[in-house]
Parts: sequence; structure tokens; C-alpha cells
Amino acid sequence: MAYLEVKGITKQFGGLVAVDDVSFEVEKGEIISIIGPNGAGKTTVFNMLTGVYQIDKGEIIFEGQPIHNKTPREIVKAGISRTFQNIRLFGNMRVIENVLVGTQIRTEYTFFDSFFRTGRFRREESEKVVKSVRILESIGLRERMDDYAQSLPYGEQRKLEIARAIATDAKIILLDEPAAGMNPQESEELLQFIRKLRDKGYTIILIEHDMSVVMNISDRIYVIDHGKRIAHGLPAEIANNEKVIEAYLGGVKKDA
Amino acid sequence: MSDNKNKETAGSGFIYHMELFLERYKLPVSAVCALVLLAVPFMGFSQYIMRILIMIGVYTMLGMGLNILTGYVGQLSLGHAGFFGIGAYTGALLMLRLGVNFVFAAIVGACLAALCGLLLGLPTLRLKGTYLAIVTLGFGEIARMVFMNWAPVTNGTLGLKNIPRPSFFGFDLTLANHGLYYLMLVLVALVTVSCLAIIRSKTGRSFIAIKEDEIAATMMGIQITRSKVLAFVISAFITGLAGSFYAPLVGFIDPNSFTFDVSSLIISIVILGGMGTIRGMFLGAVVLIIFPEVSRFLMDYRFVVYGIILVVMMRFRPQGVLGWKSQMPYKLPRLAREELAKQS
Repeated sequence: MAYLEVKGITKQFGGLVAVDDVSFEVEKGEIISIIGPNGAGKTTVFNMLTGVYQIDKGEIIFEGQPIHNKTPREIVKAGISRTFQNIRLFGNMRVIENVLVGTQIRTEYTFFDSFFRTGRFRREESEKVVKSVRILESIGLRERMDDYAQSLPYGEQRKLEIARAIATDAKIILLDEPAAGMNPQESEELLQFIRKLRDKGYTIILIEHDMSVVMNISDRIYVIDHGKRIAHGLPAEIANNEKVIEAYLGGVKKDA
Repeated sequence: MSDNKNKETAGSGFIYHMELFLERYKLPVSAVCALVLLAVPFMGFSQYIMRILIMIGVYTMLGMGLNILTGYVGQLSLGHAGFFGIGAYTGALLMLRLGVNFVFAAIVGACLAALCGLLLGLPTLRLKGTYLAIVTLGFGEIARMVFMNWAPVTNGTLGLKNIPRPSFFGFDLTLANHGLYYLMLVLVALVTVSCLAIIRSKTGRSFIAIKEDEIAATMMGIQITRSKVLAFVISAFITGLAGSFYAPLVGFIDPNSFTFDVSSLIISIVILGGMGTIRGMFLGAVVLIIFPEVSRFLMDYRFVVYGIILVVMMRFRPQGVLGWKSQMPYKLPRLAREELAKQS
């Protein structure tokens, strides 16, 4: 059984079938890309994986446990975390505070511990701060930890989102267009960083438009168009797949 | 190391230097403030002035109560006079009818207000902005109507008279012997420390995260519902506590003590001082309580001036007078600092 198994998930909004019977499998330590033209339903798939949307049909099994139709909190707890297509940081909080919010899902102290500043509170709070600083260090943001998130340049904001996702102790990290709006040099750095994450044992699923990123980094690629899975395979296979080229460039129907 | 760090995040300008000064001389500055506050009764001020000072304390607490909800979580409430009144009536009735001690009456008053906060918080979870404002506005009016019409208990429009002064071990705290002033200091200190403790923890970070971006907060596993209800409860508790102190302070309460004007005054304090800051509540209360007193010569025009001040504020400093974001480095907990120093 695969690490993460998505079996025939379907999502309808009224009469519109946004995602139609999509299945895919992810093995531990893989980098999987989901690509497709605009409006193909990629972000909807992410929203189903992370509990934003309930799924109408199908199953999502993570480490042998069904996680579909659970609350986002339960899914984060299970070990899946995400970033957003349009950056969603806590802009008026500091960089380190953003990461600390990520660690909260694994923070055990209670309201009363914090109110009375018990030993447990101080121990755990310090532990999480150290952990957050380490994460920021690994992503190259330690120098920025005192700054407010909104004052970071775009590329660093993206990185901070990833840092925040890592802080939840996620095993699978979903990246929604991480390279969007980055210049070639920034996206090259991002590639390196994503590879490093994989080497540390994280499993990565990403949605991406930038083909140079996708083709360079992915172990396998799934292609979605109009809510349906139209192809999957290795990057080289996908690059030459007729259906994929047709979906992206628009093809001439042969029998017409 | 710390010098080096300051350079990296070096801010500039007046606020940075002031923060730096306060950070460096934290102990002497707070000692001087504490001494001045403790010494005020010996400076020979009239009872009129002492009374205003105590009212500032009451409104500081009210500001801090609303600030938890509006300043940190971003949920606007126009009905905090309701919680204020619930705390005041509960405390006053317990002291009048059952003759219980002030401390007990205040705790029960605050808890009852908190319970009402819970009851109001639960159904209004999905509301925000203007919709929440309307519901809380309604709540404030309902509370006032209950004070007015539940005559057997609240004595209706006649109000409650002769509310006994708080007394400890047979010693009555009054305006004249400055007992009420010191009681106010104790309560304000308690509320301030509690607010700081709540904000500087994961609870506080959840609150701010929800205000900043509710969807992102959800996806980090923060329980939005629980946090919002908790904020409502804490906010109502503090407001109710201020109420149970207010009743014996003024000695007489009636439904007109808790009108919408009071709610809007509390909001003005929070906004003028600086939403989402604790320091701002002190300034907001000082300015907005003293202003009507010193501007008596303006007579009927003073509320016009009051309005103009607020409008000008909103135009030129919407974050509030003290609403700046700290430019000092983030304060790491001591244990974390030691740990990081050890490893690097």
C-alpha cells in the first residue's frame, strides 16, 4: 500500500464537477507534481487533501488511515501541511512568530499553564522557539526572524510559508505554486531547497506552472485537465505525451 | 551578541530609541511609575480628582477587556456595556441583598459576565464585521432592557442605591481613605498581567493569527471556533470584573449607567490607544476620561470636539496613538536563549 493513496475523489459544486474521479499514489520520499491548465482542478485537489472541502466520492488514505472528510486540524495532526498559491502569512506577526504558530499543533501546554507560567509552559515554549529558529536557519531566514512577515521580499515570504508548514511536523508538504512570481535565480534556489527537504525525508506534492521547475524536480507527474486525470508518468514521458500537449496547447481533433 | 543583533534589525527614529531606552532602563522606569502611582493619594488631590483617576482605572480595564476580542482576534463588539452592566448588577446585588464580601461578589459578577460571553459567543461564531456588530449591539440593548424590566431583582428604572463599599476585615475602602484607589491599582495590575500572560503564549498567537488570516490559521490547525469563544469569554470576564468594581465605587447604578454610549466609549479607548496593544488602553482611558472633564468650558460643544478628535485620529493615525509595532528584536524565552547560545 502506498504512503498516500487517493482513490477516485470527486468534488461537485452544484452542477459543475470540479474534480472527477481522480486517483493518485504517493510513495514516501517522492516529489510528485500535479500539473494542468488553469482551472483544471489542481487547487481543488489540494483543498480536498487538506480538509478545506468535503469530498463527494472516493477515499484518501494516509499511512493506512482514512483522512478524507476530516477537519483541517486532524489532517495537520496526521502530518499533512500546505502552503498557499497566494501567500497567506500572518503579515503583522514576526517571522519567528509565524513559525511558532506552525508548531502549535504539537504544543501540549494548556491555557492554565500559560496563564500561571508553569515550568511546563516555559520548557515547552523554549523548546518550540529553539525548533523554530532551527527551521528558519535551515531555510536561510534566521537573520530575518525578528522582522515582520509582510516586510519580507516575495521570495522569502514563500520560504517562510514553507517553514511554517514544516513547523507542524508535517510528513507530506503540499506546495501550491511555490515558484509563482519568482525570477529564474529564485526558483533555482527553491528547487535546491525542495530537494534538500526530500533528502531529509519529507514527501512533497507540488502544483506548478513553471515547466522548468516541474521537469527538473519531479519524480513523477500527474496531469489533470477539466477535473479529470489525463496522464501520469515520469517527466520525460509527460513531456512527450500527446494528450498533455493537447491540453496545454489545444489540439486539432483527428476525426473531425 | 545582543549588540550585533540590534544592528541587524536596527530600526530608526523616535519610537525605536524610546523602546531601546525603555528596554535598557526597564527596572528603574517601572519602579518610578509604580512609586508615583502608589504615592498619588499623598499628593493632596481633591476627591473629585481621585474619583477621575479611579474611573480611568475602570475604563482601562474595560479597554483591555474589549481589546482581547477586538484588538487581537478582530471581532468587533458594540455591546460591551451589557457585560459591564451584568458584572455591576451581579456584584451589587450580591453585596446588597446577601451581604457577601466584595472579592466573592466581584468573582461571581465576572464569571456571570463570562458565562453570558460564552452564550453570546457560541451562536455568533460565524459572524464577523458588521453582522457581529449588530448582534452585539442587540445584546447590549437586551441586557439593558433586562436591568430595566426585571424589577423584582434589579429594582427597574429606580436602580440600586446604597451599594456598600468593599470592605476587608471590617475596614471599609472609601474614596476618602484612598482604599478604593489602591483597590483599583490592584485590579488594573491583575488584569494587565493576565492579559500579557494570555497574549504572550500560544493562545495569544492563535488570536492574532485568526485576525491576520483566518484561512491560514485554520490550515495550521488552530481551532477557530474554540479560540473565538475563548476570546469572548475572557473579554466578558474582564469587563464584568470592571463592572463589579464600578458598582460599589459609584454606589448607585441604574439601567442608564450601561447605555450604548458606554460601549462606544470603550471602543473609542481601544481605537484611540491602539488596537492590539496593552499600553494603548492606558493612554486611551486617560485621554477619553479626562477630556470631558477639562473641556467643560466648551459646554455643549465638547462632544463635537470629541467627535472631531476621533475623526482626525482615524484620518492620520488609524493604528491608534500608541499603535506602533515594536522594532525591538523578538524576545526569546530565557531557556531558548541559553540553548541557542550553547549550540552556536
